[in-house]
Amino acid sequence: MMHVGLIHYLAVSGALFALGLACIVLRRNALLVFMGLEMNLNAANLALVAFSRYGGHAEGQVLATFIIAIAAAEVAIGLAIIVALFRQRSSMVTDLLRSLKG
Amino acid sequence: MTAYDAIFWFFSLALLLCGVLVLISPNAVASGLYLVLSFFFLAGLYVLLQAFFLAMIQVLVYAGAIMVLFLFVIMLLDYRESRHWWHGNLLGLAGAPLAVAALAAALLPVLKRSGALAAAPEQWFEGTLENVMTPVFTRYLLPVEITALILLAATIGVVVLGRKEKQP
Repeated sequence: MMHVGLIHYLAVSGALFALGLACIVLRRNALLVFMGLEMNLNAANLALVAFSRYGGHAEGQVLATFIIAIAAAEVAIGLAIIVALFRQRSSMVTDLLRSLKG
Repeated sequence: MTAYDAIFWFFSLALLLCGVLVLISPNAVASGLYLVLSFFFLAGLYVLLQAFFLAMIQVLVYAGAIMVLFLFVIMLLDYRESRHWWHGNLLGLAGAPLAVAALAAALLPVLKRSGALAAAPEQWFEGTLENVMTPVFTRYLLPVEITALILLAATIGVVVLGRKEKQP
Protein backbone atom coordinates (compact mmCIF):
# COMPACT_ATOMS: atom_id res chain seq x y z
CA MET A 1 0.00 0.00 0.00
CA MET A 2 1.38 3.38 -0.97
CA HIS A 3 2.18 5.93 1.68
CA VAL A 4 -0.20 8.77 2.40
CA GLY A 5 0.59 11.82 0.30
CA LEU A 6 -1.01 14.92 -1.14
CA ILE A 7 -3.22 12.90 -3.47
CA HIS A 8 -4.90 11.11 -0.55
CA TYR A 9 -5.84 14.37 1.13
CA LEU A 10 -7.14 15.71 -2.19
CA ALA A 11 -9.22 12.54 -2.67
CA VAL A 12 -10.76 12.87 0.80
CA SER A 13 -11.45 16.55 0.09
CA GLY A 14 -13.13 15.67 -3.21
CA ALA A 15 -15.25 12.97 -1.56
CA LEU A 16 -16.34 15.39 1.18
CA PHE A 17 -17.24 17.96 -1.46
CA ALA A 18 -19.28 15.34 -3.33
CA LEU A 19 -21.15 14.48 -0.11
CA GLY A 20 -21.92 18.16 0.46
CA LEU A 21 -23.11 18.51 -3.14
CA ALA A 22 -25.37 15.46 -2.77
CA CYS A 23 -26.73 16.94 0.47
CA ILE A 24 -27.58 20.21 -1.32
CA VAL A 25 -29.29 18.43 -4.23
CA LEU A 26 -31.09 15.71 -2.25
CA ARG A 27 -32.41 17.34 0.91
CA ARG A 28 -35.51 19.53 0.94
CA ASN A 29 -35.03 20.98 4.41
CA ALA A 30 -33.32 24.38 4.04
CA LEU A 31 -31.18 23.72 7.13
CA LEU A 32 -29.81 20.49 5.60
CA VAL A 33 -29.05 22.32 2.34
CA PHE A 34 -27.07 24.78 4.44
CA MET A 35 -25.19 21.94 6.16
CA GLY A 36 -24.21 20.63 2.73
CA LEU A 37 -22.80 24.08 1.98
CA GLU A 38 -20.71 23.90 5.17
CA MET A 39 -19.33 20.52 4.09
CA ASN A 40 -18.31 22.05 0.75
CA LEU A 41 -16.48 24.89 2.50
CA ASN A 42 -14.65 22.43 4.74
CA ALA A 43 -13.67 20.26 1.78
CA ALA A 44 -12.13 23.33 0.15
CA ASN A 45 -10.32 24.13 3.41
CA LEU A 46 -8.86 20.61 3.59
CA ALA A 47 -7.53 20.88 0.03
CA LEU A 48 -6.03 24.32 0.78
CA VAL A 49 -4.31 23.12 3.95
CA ALA A 50 -2.93 20.04 2.16
CA PHE A 51 -1.56 22.19 -0.69
CA SER A 52 -0.03 24.56 1.84
CA ARG A 53 1.64 21.69 3.71
CA TYR A 54 3.04 19.99 0.64
CA GLY A 55 3.85 23.17 -1.26
CA GLY A 56 5.76 24.69 1.63
CA HIS A 57 4.00 28.06 1.66
CA ALA A 58 1.67 29.80 4.10
CA GLU A 59 -0.91 31.12 1.63
CA GLY A 60 -3.18 28.08 1.70
CA GLN A 61 -3.63 28.19 5.46
CA VAL A 62 -4.07 31.99 5.40
CA LEU A 63 -6.85 31.56 2.85
CA ALA A 64 -8.41 28.77 4.97
CA THR A 65 -8.44 31.16 7.96
CA PHE A 66 -10.27 33.76 5.87
CA ILE A 67 -12.74 31.13 4.67
CA ILE A 68 -13.58 30.21 8.28
CA ALA A 69 -14.16 33.90 9.13
CA ILE A 70 -16.40 34.40 6.09
CA ALA A 71 -18.23 31.14 6.86
CA ALA A 72 -19.11 32.50 10.31
CA ALA A 73 -20.69 35.60 8.73
CA GLU A 74 -22.41 33.48 6.11
CA VAL A 75 -23.91 31.11 8.69
CA ALA A 76 -25.26 34.01 10.77
CA ILE A 77 -26.96 35.60 7.73
CA GLY A 78 -28.21 32.28 6.35
CA LEU A 79 -29.73 31.17 9.63
CA ALA A 80 -31.39 34.58 10.07
CA ILE A 81 -32.92 34.20 6.60
CA ILE A 82 -34.13 30.67 7.43
CA VAL A 83 -35.68 31.86 10.72
CA ALA A 84 -37.41 34.77 8.93
CA LEU A 85 -38.65 32.31 6.28
CA PHE A 86 -39.96 29.94 8.93
CA ARG A 87 -41.81 32.79 10.63
CA GLN A 88 -43.53 33.75 7.42
CA ARG A 89 -44.28 30.33 5.90
CA SER A 90 -44.13 27.95 8.90
CA SER A 91 -42.09 25.67 6.68
CA MET A 92 -38.51 25.13 5.62
CA VAL A 93 -39.12 22.97 2.57
CA THR A 94 -37.23 24.53 -0.31
CA ASP A 95 -39.74 23.17 -2.86
CA LEU A 96 -42.35 25.60 -1.54
CA LEU A 97 -40.25 28.67 -2.29
CA ARG A 98 -41.50 29.36 -5.78
CA SER A 99 -43.06 32.82 -5.53
CA LEU A 100 -40.41 34.14 -7.94
CA LYS A 101 -41.32 31.49 -10.52
CA GLY A 102 -43.26 33.02 -13.43
CA MET B 1 1.81 0.90 6.88
CA THR B 2 3.13 3.45 9.32
CA ALA B 3 1.26 4.88 12.30
CA TYR B 4 0.78 8.11 10.33
CA ASP B 5 -1.00 6.22 7.56
CA ALA B 6 -3.19 4.32 10.03
CA ILE B 7 -4.26 7.56 11.76
CA PHE B 8 -4.92 9.20 8.38
CA TRP B 9 -7.16 6.34 7.26
CA PHE B 10 -9.02 6.33 10.58
CA PHE B 11 -9.70 10.08 10.51
CA SER B 12 -10.61 10.27 6.84
CA LEU B 13 -12.89 7.22 6.87
CA ALA B 14 -14.62 8.47 10.04
CA LEU B 15 -14.97 11.91 8.42
CA LEU B 16 -16.59 10.48 5.30
CA LEU B 17 -18.81 8.13 7.34
CA CYS B 18 -20.07 11.12 9.35
CA GLY B 19 -20.66 12.98 6.08
CA VAL B 20 -22.78 10.10 4.76
CA LEU B 21 -24.73 10.04 8.04
CA VAL B 22 -25.38 13.80 7.74
CA LEU B 23 -26.71 13.15 4.26
CA ILE B 24 -29.02 10.24 5.03
CA SER B 25 -30.19 10.94 8.58
CA PRO B 26 -33.94 11.72 8.63
CA ASN B 27 -33.62 13.80 11.80
CA ALA B 28 -32.15 17.32 11.48
CA VAL B 29 -30.72 17.30 15.03
CA ALA B 30 -28.88 14.04 14.33
CA SER B 31 -27.54 15.51 11.08
CA GLY B 32 -26.22 18.54 12.95
CA LEU B 33 -24.51 16.40 15.59
CA TYR B 34 -22.91 14.20 12.94
CA LEU B 35 -21.64 17.36 11.24
CA VAL B 36 -20.03 18.47 14.54
CA LEU B 37 -18.39 15.04 14.82
CA SER B 38 -17.12 15.24 11.24
CA PHE B 39 -15.53 18.62 11.99
CA PHE B 40 -13.64 17.04 14.90
CA PHE B 41 -12.25 14.38 12.56
CA LEU B 42 -11.35 17.11 10.06
CA ALA B 43 -9.43 18.86 12.85
CA GLY B 44 -7.55 15.57 13.33
CA LEU B 45 -6.57 15.62 9.64
CA TYR B 46 -5.35 19.22 10.10
CA VAL B 47 -3.13 18.06 12.96
CA LEU B 48 -1.71 15.35 10.67
CA LEU B 49 -0.94 18.13 8.17
CA GLN B 50 0.88 20.04 10.95
CA ALA B 51 -1.74 22.81 10.74
CA PHE B 52 -2.06 23.16 14.50
CA PHE B 53 -3.53 26.66 14.48
CA LEU B 54 -6.24 25.75 11.97
CA ALA B 55 -7.05 22.56 13.89
CA MET B 56 -7.63 24.65 16.99
CA ILE B 57 -9.75 27.19 15.09
CA GLN B 58 -11.71 24.33 13.50
CA VAL B 59 -12.67 22.99 16.93
CA LEU B 60 -13.20 26.34 18.65
CA VAL B 61 -14.91 28.33 15.90
CA TYR B 62 -16.45 25.71 13.61
CA ALA B 63 -17.47 22.92 15.95
CA GLY B 64 -17.77 25.23 18.94
CA ALA B 65 -19.45 28.42 17.70
CA ILE B 66 -20.89 27.92 14.22
CA MET B 67 -22.35 24.47 14.82
CA VAL B 68 -23.76 25.49 18.21
CA LEU B 69 -25.59 28.32 16.42
CA PHE B 70 -26.81 25.76 13.89
CA LEU B 71 -28.06 23.32 16.53
CA PHE B 72 -29.63 26.21 18.46
CA VAL B 73 -31.69 27.21 15.41
CA ILE B 74 -32.63 23.58 14.64
CA MET B 75 -33.89 23.06 18.19
CA LEU B 76 -35.51 26.52 18.37
CA LEU B 77 -37.60 25.99 15.25
CA ASP B 78 -38.21 22.30 16.06
CA TYR B 79 -39.33 21.68 12.50
CA ARG B 80 -40.18 18.18 11.36
CA GLU B 81 -40.70 17.30 7.73
CA SER B 82 -44.10 15.78 7.12
CA ARG B 83 -42.48 12.96 5.13
CA HIS B 84 -39.00 11.50 4.81
CA TRP B 85 -36.69 13.23 2.36
CA TRP B 86 -36.54 10.25 0.00
CA HIS B 87 -40.33 10.10 -0.49
CA GLY B 88 -41.48 11.70 -3.73
CA ASN B 89 -38.05 13.24 -4.32
CA LEU B 90 -37.41 11.70 -7.75
CA LEU B 91 -35.77 14.86 -9.10
CA GLY B 92 -33.27 14.91 -6.23
CA LEU B 93 -32.61 11.15 -6.31
CA ALA B 94 -31.92 11.35 -10.04
CA GLY B 95 -30.05 14.64 -9.91
CA ALA B 96 -27.64 13.88 -7.06
CA PRO B 97 -25.81 10.98 -8.80
CA LEU B 98 -25.62 13.09 -11.96
CA ALA B 99 -24.16 16.04 -10.04
CA VAL B 100 -21.63 13.80 -8.22
CA ALA B 101 -20.67 12.11 -11.51
CA ALA B 102 -20.09 15.50 -13.15
CA LEU B 103 -17.95 16.54 -10.18
CA ALA B 104 -15.94 13.29 -10.36
CA ALA B 105 -15.41 13.75 -14.09
CA ALA B 106 -14.03 17.22 -13.42
CA LEU B 107 -11.85 16.23 -10.44
CA LEU B 108 -10.34 12.88 -11.48
CA PRO B 109 -8.01 14.32 -14.18
CA VAL B 110 -6.75 16.87 -11.65
CA LEU B 111 -6.15 14.12 -9.08
CA LYS B 112 -4.22 12.04 -11.63
CA ARG B 113 -1.97 14.96 -12.45
CA SER B 114 -1.32 15.95 -8.83
CA GLY B 115 0.75 12.79 -8.27
CA ALA B 116 3.90 14.47 -9.60
CA LEU B 117 3.37 17.41 -7.25
CA ALA B 118 3.21 15.11 -4.22
CA ALA B 119 6.35 13.15 -5.06
CA ALA B 120 8.96 15.15 -3.17
CA PRO B 121 8.11 18.37 -1.38
CA GLU B 122 11.21 20.53 -1.16
CA GLN B 123 10.16 22.10 2.09
CA TRP B 124 7.36 21.37 4.50
CA PHE B 125 5.20 24.11 5.88
CA GLU B 126 4.44 23.96 9.58
CA GLY B 127 1.16 25.70 10.44
CA THR B 128 2.01 27.15 13.81
CA LEU B 129 0.27 30.30 15.02
CA GLU B 130 3.30 32.43 14.16
CA ASN B 131 3.79 31.00 10.67
CA VAL B 132 0.13 31.41 9.70
CA MET B 133 -0.72 34.72 11.31
CA THR B 134 2.44 36.68 10.43
CA PRO B 135 1.46 36.92 6.74
CA VAL B 136 -2.14 37.62 7.74
CA PHE B 137 -1.17 40.75 9.67
CA THR B 138 1.58 41.94 7.30
CA ARG B 139 1.07 41.09 3.64
CA TYR B 140 -2.67 40.40 3.88
CA LEU B 141 -3.66 43.26 6.18
CA LEU B 142 -6.13 44.79 3.70
CA PRO B 143 -8.12 41.52 3.32
CA VAL B 144 -8.25 41.29 7.12
CA GLU B 145 -9.81 44.75 7.30
CA ILE B 146 -12.29 43.85 4.55
CA THR B 147 -13.19 40.68 6.45
CA ALA B 148 -13.84 42.80 9.53
CA LEU B 149 -16.18 45.00 7.47
CA ILE B 150 -17.98 41.90 6.15
CA LEU B 151 -18.47 40.63 9.70
CA LEU B 152 -19.87 44.04 10.72
CA ALA B 153 -22.22 44.02 7.72
CA ALA B 154 -23.32 40.48 8.61
CA THR B 155 -24.04 41.53 12.20
CA ILE B 156 -26.17 44.49 11.06
CA GLY B 157 -27.87 42.28 8.47
CA VAL B 158 -28.80 39.70 11.10
CA VAL B 159 -30.27 42.40 13.34
CA VAL B 160 -32.35 43.75 10.44
CA LEU B 161 -33.47 40.29 9.34
CA GLY B 162 -34.33 39.25 12.89
CA ARG B 163 -36.74 42.14 13.52
CA LYS B 164 -40.41 41.31 13.74
CA GLU B 165 -42.38 42.89 10.94
CA LYS B 166 -45.18 45.13 12.08
CA GLN B 167 -48.59 43.80 11.13
CA PRO B 168 -50.44 46.29 8.88
